[in-house]
Amino acid sequence: MLKPSIESSLKAGRDRPGIGGILASVPLVAVLIVLLVLCILYSVTLGRYDLSVADVALILWDNIAPVSSRTWEPVEETVVELVRLPRILAAVVVGFGLSISGASLQGLFRNPLVDPGIIGVTSGAGFGGTLAILLGIQGYGLLAISFAFGISSIVLVKFLASVRGRTSVLTLVLAGVVISAFFSAAISVAKLLADPFQKLPAITYWLMGSIASTNYTDVLLIGVAVVPASIVVYLLRYQINILSLGEERARALGTPVALVQWALLIATAMISAGVVATSGIIGWVGLVIPHIARSIVGANHIRLLPVSGILGAIYLLLVDNLARTVTTSEIPLGIITALIGVPVFAFILRRIHLKGGWSND
Amino acid sequence: MIDVSGLTVRRGGTTIIEGYSFDAPRGSILAVLGANGIGKTTLLETLIGVIKPESGSMVLGGRTGFVPQLFGVAFSYSVMDIVLMGRARHIGLFGSPGKADYEIARQCLDLLDIAHLEGRVYNQLSGGQRQLVLIAQALSSECDIMIMDEPCAALDYKNQDVVIRVMRTLSQDRGITILFSTHMPQHAVEIATDVLLMNGTSSFRAGKTADILNEANLSQLYRMPIGKAQFSEKDRFTYAPLFRQ
Repeated sequence: MLKPSIESSLKAGRDRPGIGGILASVPLVAVLIVLLVLCILYSVTLGRYDLSVADVALILWDNIAPVSSRTWEPVEETVVELVRLPRILAAVVVGFGLSISGASLQGLFRNPLVDPGIIGVTSGAGFGGTLAILLGIQGYGLLAISFAFGISSIVLVKFLASVRGRTSVLTLVLAGVVISAFFSAAISVAKLLADPFQKLPAITYWLMGSIASTNYTDVLLIGVAVVPASIVVYLLRYQINILSLGEERARALGTPVALVQWALLIATAMISAGVVATSGIIGWVGLVIPHIARSIVGANHIRLLPVSGILGAIYLLLVDNLARTVTTSEIPLGIITALIGVPVFAFILRRIHLKGGWSND
Repeated sequence: MIDVSGLTVRRGGTTIIEGYSFDAPRGSILAVLGANGIGKTTLLETLIGVIKPESGSMVLGGRTGFVPQLFGVAFSYSVMDIVLMGRARHIGLFGSPGKADYEIARQCLDLLDIAHLEGRVYNQLSGGQRQLVLIAQALSSECDIMIMDEPCAALDYKNQDVVIRVMRTLSQDRGITILFSTHMPQHAVEIATDVLLMNGTSSFRAGKTADILNEANLSQLYRMPIGKAQFSEKDRFTYAPLFRQ
C-alpha cells in the first residue's frame, strides 16, 4: 500500500528536514565559495601598490591570530585593510544582492527577462538617492530615502497592476515600466534643479554606479540592507518554485500567494535600495547572472539562489577590478556591467531561441 | 467523499453558480460536463478553495489535490522538481523538500509508471507524459480527493486511454475520490460513477451516470442533438453529436 509507507517515510523525514535539498547543492556551492575567497585575495593584490597574494593573506591573517614576524610595511596594511578591502567587500555584497534578487524576481514573475530594474524599484530608489544628494543628505539618511522610494514604487506598481485583489504578471511588468519611466523623469527634473558645479556631477557619477570611495560604514550600510533581505529570499526558495507555476496554480497547491509575493517584493526592494544607495544604479547583473547560474544548476530555486548569489559576487568583484585597474581614472561600474551584460544577454537570448524558447503556457 | 449543497459562487459581481447540490461517495468518479464558459473551472476552483463560495455548504471528506489543465512552465524544471511542488501543504513556508518528500515523489512517479522520467525536463515531455507528471504532483500531496480540470483535453486517443486507466486505478485501488471536467461524454460513460451536468447558472442535473447520462439530457446540455451510438463490441456505447448537415 502506498499510504502507510508514505506516512512512515514522512515521519522519518521530519527528523532531518531539508537534508536532501541541502546536500544536493553543497559541493558546487562549496567550490564557488572557495573560488570567491581566492578572487577576494587576488583582488586585494591588484592596484598601483604592488602586493603578493601571500602578503595579503598574512596581513589579513594577522587580524585573526597576530603574526610574530611582520614582513610588511604599515602602509601596506593600510592599503589592504582600509583602501582595498572595504571596496572589495562592497563589490561582493552588491553582486550577491543584485543576483539573488534578480533570480527571485524572475521566478516570481515567471519571466527570465525580469530584473530589479523592470519592476521600477531601481529607478524609484535611484530617485530617492538623487533627492537625498540634492538635499545634502548622506549615509543612513540616503539609504532610508532610497528604500522609502524603492518600496513606494513597488507599492505603486502593485496598486496599478491589481484588479480586485489579483495581479497578473503582464500588468505588473507594464506597471513597472510606467513607474520606471515616471521616476526616470523625476530624476531628470532633480538633475535640472541641481547645482551644475557640485551636485549635478555628484548625482550623475553616483547614478552611473561606483563603489570607488567605499569605507567600512558603507559596507555596513549595504550589509544591513542586503544580508537580512537575502536570507528572507533564500528561506522562500521552495515557495518561489511554486509561485513560478503561476498564481492560480500556486494557490491550488496551498501556497499563501499574497504573503510570499509581498515578502519577496519587500526583500528585493530592500536589496535594490541598499545597493542603489551606496553604489548607484548597476544594471544587468541581476538579469545575466541568474541565466548563467540556471544553465549550470537548473531552474530549481533551492539550488539556483545560492549559486546565483555567489556567482554574482565573483562577477561584480572582477568587474570592479577592471573598473579600478584598466585606466588611471575610474570607470563607473554600471557602464562596464552594461558593456559586458548586453552582449552576454543577447547571446543567451539567441541560445534560448535556438533551443525552441521557453514555454509560458 | 464530496458533499455539496446549495452552492452559490459569484465572481466579479456576476453569479456563476447558484444553488448547486451534488455528492460523490468515497472512491467514486464524478464527471462534470457543460458547455464552454458555463463555469466548470469556477466550480473546480471553488472546490479546491481558490475561490470562496457566496453561500451553501461544501463538505470534502479529506485532503484535495488539484490537477490543472496541461501547461508549460517558464523555466526548465525537472520532472522531480514539478512533482515535489505538490508537497507544498506538507512543507513549511521557509522549508524545502527533505528526503521523505523525495521518497514520496518517487513513489508517486512509480505508481504511474513514469519513474524513468524523474530527471527529464518537464517542458520537453509530450502532452501525455506531462499530464501524468501533473497527476503525480497532485498525488504527492497525499490527497484523498483529486480534482482534475479536463485531464484528457489536448491528448491523443492513446494518451487519453493511459490517463483514463490511471484515474480508474486511483479510484478503485487507492480509494481516491475523483472529480473531473470533460467535453467528451464518452469519458463519463467509460469511468464516471456519477455525473454533474451544468446546464446554466442555477440549472443542473446530478446523479448516477446510468440515470442521468442520456440523449435527452445531453442534447439539452449542449443545445444540439446528441445521439447514442452502439459499438460493435457488446454493451459498449458512446454519446456523440449529430452535427448539422
